[in-house]
Amino acid sequence: MSHTTLATVLFLLFVVGTLAITFWASRQNKTAADYYAGGRAFSAAQNGLAIGGDYMSAASFLGIAGLIALYGYDGFLYSIGFLVAWLVALLLVAELMRNSGKYTMADVLAFRMSPRPVRTAAGVSTIVVSIFYLLAQMVGAGALVGLLLGITSDSGKALTIVGVGILMIVYVVVGGMKGTTWVQIVKAVLLMGGATLVTLLVLGKYGFNVSNLLGTAAEQSGKGDSFLNAGQRYGTDAQGIWGKFDLISLGLALVLGTAGLPHILIRFYTVPTAKDARKSVLWGIGIIGTFYLLTLVLGFGAAAMVGSEAIRAENAAGNTAAPQLALAIGNAIFGDVGGTILLAVIAAVAFATILAVVAGLTLASSSSFAHDLYAHVFKRGNVTEKQEILVARISAFVIGAVAIGLGILAQAQNVAFLVALAFAIAASGNLPAILYSLFWKRFNTAGAVASIYGGLVSALVLVIFSPVVSGRPTSLIKDMDFHWFPMENPGLFSIPIGFLCGYIATRMSKEYNESKYAEMEVRSLTGVGAEKASTH
Amino acid sequence: MTTEQHDSSVYEQIRATDRFQELRRRYRSWAFPMTVAFLVWYLLYVVLSAFARDFMAIKVLGNINVALIFGLLQFVSTFYISWAYARHSAAKLDPLADELRGEIEKVEK
Repeated sequence: MSHTTLATVLFLLFVVGTLAITFWASRQNKTAADYYAGGRAFSAAQNGLAIGGDYMSAASFLGIAGLIALYGYDGFLYSIGFLVAWLVALLLVAELMRNSGKYTMADVLAFRMSPRPVRTAAGVSTIVVSIFYLLAQMVGAGALVGLLLGITSDSGKALTIVGVGILMIVYVVVGGMKGTTWVQIVKAVLLMGGATLVTLLVLGKYGFNVSNLLGTAAEQSGKGDSFLNAGQRYGTDAQGIWGKFDLISLGLALVLGTAGLPHILIRFYTVPTAKDARKSVLWGIGIIGTFYLLTLVLGFGAAAMVGSEAIRAENAAGNTAAPQLALAIGNAIFGDVGGTILLAVIAAVAFATILAVVAGLTLASSSSFAHDLYAHVFKRGNVTEKQEILVARISAFVIGAVAIGLGILAQAQNVAFLVALAFAIAASGNLPAILYSLFWKRFNTAGAVASIYGGLVSALVLVIFSPVVSGRPTSLIKDMDFHWFPMENPGLFSIPIGFLCGYIATRMSKEYNESKYAEMEVRSLTGVGAEKASTH
Repeated sequence: MTTEQHDSSVYEQIRATDRFQELRRRYRSWAFPMTVAFLVWYLLYVVLSAFARDFMAIKVLGNINVALIFGLLQFVSTFYISWAYARHSAAKLDPLADELRGEIEKVEK
C-alpha cells in the first residue's frame, strides 16, 4: 500500500469520526448560545485543547517547521511571538471578555457605545481578518495535496480544495460551535500525538543531544553557524536596515495579534465562567508552548535529515518539510514500510489541521456577520434567534465558498508569512479597540470606530504597497512595481496608527457614558450578569 | 439566557465601594506592570535578534548559542508568568470577586 492510499484512509477515518460528532452535536443545538458558543458548557480543559486546535494551524505546524528547516533560527522567532502573545490574552482579555460579552468580539466593543457604527466596524474587521487567515490555510491545503495525497494535476488539487471546503461547511453549518469545538479537540490530540512521535524519533536518532542535531542541521543547510542565528530570512544583510525593522515589525504583530483574532476571542465564550476562561487559556498556553518546542526539533530535524534542497524541490516555501521529515525518519528507523506509515500519519494529521482551523475561522466570521451585521445593524435587533441562526448558517456557506475560490486561485506563498499578515491586521484593527474598551473610561463610539478602521485600513494599504504585492521576484504581482513601503510586515506602523486613531478620535468627541462604563467595569471584574451556561 | 438588567446607578454605587476599588487595584496593579515587563523582555529579544547578531551568535554549550537560549528563556518566562497569574488570581482576585458578585445578586432577588 502506498503512503497516499494509507494517508487517504486515515484522513477519511478522521472525517467520518468528526462528522459523526458534528451530527451528534447538531441534535443538541437548540438556542443561539448553543450555535454560537457551544452552550457555554465546555470544560476548561476541553476548551484549552480547542484553543490549541484553533491556534496550531497549518501555518504553525507546516509553516514554522518549514521556515526553521529552510532558514533555521528565523523560523523559531515566529513560534516565540505566537506563544508570548498568549500572555496578552490571559492577563488582559480572556476573563473580562467572557464576563462582558455574549457571542462575538463586537459584543464587548459595542457594550458602552452607540451599537450600530461600532458593530459595523467590528464585523467588517472580523471578516477581513478571518478571510486573510482562511486564505493562508487554503494555500496550505493546495500546496500540500501534491505530496500528501499524491494529487499533482491542477484540476485534482482544485477538487481537493473543493472537498476540504465542503467538509468545513458541513462542520460549521451543521455542528455550530459545539461540533466545531469537538473537531478542534480531536485534531489537537492527533496533532500533539503525531508531532511528539516524530520529535522523539528525531531526538532518538541524535542520541537526545540537541547540540548534535543543531550542528548537523547547520552543516546540511550549507550556511554553517549562521543558520543558528537570526538573519537568514528576515533582516538579511542584503535587505539593509529596513530588513531589520521588518523583523521587529513582524515580532510586534505576532505578539499583539493573538488577542485580536476573532476566532480565538469567541473561544472564551464556550466555557461557563470567567474562571474557566482563564483556566482554558492556561491549558492552551501549556499545549501550544509544548507544541512549538516540538516544531523546533521538527524544523531542525528536517534541515538535518531531509536537507534544504530536497525540501525546496518539493515546495519552494518549505511547507512540506514536516511530512518529508516523517518519511525520512521513518525510513531510517523502521525501513520503507515505517516511513510510508509515518508519512501517511503526518499527512492525515496535516489535513485534519487545515480542515479544523478553516472550520473555526468560518464559524467566527459567519457568527459575526449574522450576530453583528445582520441582527444588530441591518435589522436593529428585531430578529428572532431562529432567523439569526439561519443567517449564520447561510453566511457560513457563502464564506466557505469564498474560501474555496481563493484557495484555488492562491499561489505558493509560505503559509506562516500569510498568517503573519492576518496577525498584523488583527493587532492594528482589533486589539487597540478591545484594550481601550476594557480599560479606558473616556473611550467612546468615535474612538472605537476610528481605531478599528484606522488600524485596518493602514495595515491593508501598507501591505498593498509593500514588496509582498509588487516589485520583487517573490511578489504576488511579479511584472509590476508600485511598492513604496519598504517592509513586508506593516505592524510597526499600523499598530501605533490604530492606537493613535482611537486616542485622537476619542478626545475629539464629547460623547462619554459614565454609567455604562461603571457597569462594564463591575461586570467584567466580578462576573455579575455574565451569560450563564445553558442547561440541557 | 436573558441578562439581568440593572439600574445603572447600582453599578456606579458598587464601583464606588472600597471593596470594589480594592479588587480593581489588585487586578490592575498586577496585570499592567507584568504586561509591560513581558513585552519589554520580548521586544528586547526581538531587537537583539535584529541588531546584535554577533552577541546572539556566541556559542555557550556545543552548538547551542545565546540566541537559542534567549528564545528558550521566553518559553520559560511565559510559562512562569501564566502560573504566577493563576496563583495571584486564585488567591487575591477570585475570593473578592465571588464575594461581591454574591452580594449584588442577593440584593437583586
